Amino acid sequence: MNKVEIYRGWCKKCDICIAFCPQKVLEADEESYPTVVSPEKCTGCLLCEMRCPDFAIVVNKDEESRKETGPAAGK
Amino acid sequence: MRKVVKKQVLLQGNEACVEGALMAGCRFYAGYPITPATEIMEIMAEKMPETGGVFIQMEDEIASLGAVIGASLAGMKSMTATSGPGFSLMQEHIGFAGMAEVPCVIVDVMRAGPSTGLPTQLSQGDVMQARWGTHGDHPIIVLAPSSVYEFFELTVQAFNLSERYRTPVILLVDEVVAHMREGVILPAKNSLEIEERPHPTVPPEWYIPYADPGTGVPPMPAFGDGYRYHVTGLYHDVRGYPTVRTDEVEPLIHRLFTKISKDFDRLQWFDAFETEDARVTVIAYGCVARAAHRAVRQAREKGLKVGLIKLKILWPFMRRTISGILANSQKVLVPELNVGQISREVKRVNESRCEVVTLNKVDGTPIKPAEILQKLGEIYS
Amino acid sequence: MRQTEHLVHKYLRSSKRFPHIWCAGCGIGIFMQALIRVIDQNEYSKDDIVLISGIGCSGRLPVYVDFNTLHTTHGRALTFATGIKLANPRLKVITVMGDGDAVAIGGNHFIHAARRNVEIASFVLNNSVYGMTGGQSSPTTPYGVITASAPYGNLEPDFDICRLAEAAGAVFVARATVYHTQLLDRLIDKALKKKGAAVVEVVSQCTTYAGHFLKLKSPVDMMKWQKNNSVTVEKAKQQSEAELEGKIVIGVLVDRERPSYHEQYQSLLAEKSKI
Repeated sequence: MNKVEIYRGWCKKCDICIAFCPQKVLEADEESYPTVVSPEKCTGCLLCEMRCPDFAIVVNKDEESRKETGPAAGK
Repeated sequence: MRKVVKKQVLLQGNEACVEGALMAGCRFYAGYPITPATEIMEIMAEKMPETGGVFIQMEDEIASLGAVIGASLAGMKSMTATSGPGFSLMQEHIGFAGMAEVPCVIVDVMRAGPSTGLPTQLSQGDVMQARWGTHGDHPIIVLAPSSVYEFFELTVQAFNLSERYRTPVILLVDEVVAHMREGVILPAKNSLEIEERPHPTVPPEWYIPYADPGTGVPPMPAFGDGYRYHVTGLYHDVRGYPTVRTDEVEPLIHRLFTKISKDFDRLQWFDAFETEDARVTVIAYGCVARAAHRAVRQAREKGLKVGLIKLKILWPFMRRTISGILANSQKVLVPELNVGQISREVKRVNESRCEVVTLNKVDGTPIKPAEILQKLGEIYS
Repeated sequence: MRQTEHLVHKYLRSSKRFPHIWCAGCGIGIFMQALIRVIDQNEYSKDDIVLISGIGCSGRLPVYVDFNTLHTTHGRALTFATGIKLANPRLKVITVMGDGDAVAIGGNHFIHAARRNVEIASFVLNNSVYGMTGGQSSPTTPYGVITASAPYGNLEPDFDICRLAEAAGAVFVARATVYHTQLLDRLIDKALKKKGAAVVEVVSQCTTYAGHFLKLKSPVDMMKWQKNNSVTVEKAKQQSEAELEGKIVIGVLVDRERPSYHEQYQSLLAEKSKI
């Protein structure tokens, strides 16, 4: 399963990752930080990572989805 | 052994400047046409490709100095030349080069201003602008030649000083010196000492770009050398990163000054003529120093004990030299082609020790020897 | 346990403090990440990249990345870039500018850099406002809107940066928004590989100062606006001027060949150089 990691120290709570996740994997927690609510839905599309203005999200993809998608795949 | 006879050549001042730049190792020129400096650009356009260097005509003088600074950061000795209005535009980047410590040489062939002024007649009106034209406190080195050979020689020195101190150096030249033709014997290529900017002696991972190595002048690699560092016009810490910390800001500005001021003794460049017993000393620079030289000679023939100090460095002002003159003379005469710019400095250094007399002309024509001679006669007692 | 590190970390200066200075939701960080991603994909050496900026929010970008970086004066990044490229053609020279930076105070340098066709990849981060100084009108502020310097409404029409670049002679001109990150990656890639003056306008959001005059409250709203108002170059060809009013046309707008300045200069050197 893909794993979405959020560096709270760098996050400025802009909500971009939450709003544009095609699978609604993320939601705001009580402190307004994004948090993973549906990890199983993550397809590893990397859009949250790519659109994060603060480099505060990393999607650690499992081996299977790594082959199929991601920025390097479009090369 | 065959004796090598060096040939005298007839050169225009602006041509001599180019010869000096080439000998100093200048390999990048960016400029914008403006009389009376244009010859430098036109000759550079021809010579740079021949020497493997780069010439580019930019869209204005701001861009010219921007390109010059860029090329210098990439490791090339670089210069530009302009006149009053263009010099005004360059002030922004003179400040940048000072703050970021990028060596570069700027020639300002002065013309009468302000604004478009008297294109393109004689003036020495940019002395204070050369010192204080860019905003903020900053040091600056300004050289002023008074002959074609001196224009050559001081251009070489301008590059040397700019490399040695990592600072912009300005050659402040009047139209007479720029356009006059004189016979000169240029020295052989390897007979002059050519200085290069200090390079890092540590591997890139140990390099701290703006740390003071003790000389006040941090080593400077070229972009592409493997020493990746940050350059900015903001106040910066030793790594080059922007800072507002009081304990980082103030040391930086002080280092920028002291890297040059510690060498004030080395920067007393002048010619003295008949000054030893002089009761009246003329202090002059540029083409006015030539007229003064003749006037002093004529005055001596009449039995007047007068002398001349010809300034080759205008900034930093040679306080030490001038103080000595002021202490030993009863009066000094400062003839200038402006309403009184260097004379203000002389008065500042004088501290009322002797009488400072000025002789100013701002009509676009030279001060003649006879005018200086007459003034000397009037004030001699 | 982290399996992979963020790609960007490989390129950030470890001695710089993070988070960076930009406001929450600012588009500059999104662009910065895209630029780094493409540089990484192309395996360019850090030593060969010179990243140059002017003044403004975008001006603060280079300091964060571990290249040869240069933060110049307002509007003049391209002049320094020109000097660097000509002095050492081996270097990959990239400029990052803001809208006011590139086409107001730097307008003269912008058009002449494009005309001269020096090989420089330029990215204009267009957020339609002067952000660093507190939200004044820029040359790309829409007509009629209220800004800090136009309290009665902006009386000036806005500039089309891409048309300007095209008319001035840039050989590669393209536009993306920071919403369209994958397109942005492709355009950055093309711009970095172009032998000549390449300009990419990156439509971005200033959520602090431009949001209110665009009647958009949050970074998310602003990026939705980018999404909903963008039309691809291909689709735009089938639409009328009226239909395209207020739309952002994204994609490659110009891709043409013309000898670059330094290529021509190198030929001149080969012919004239006596050393």
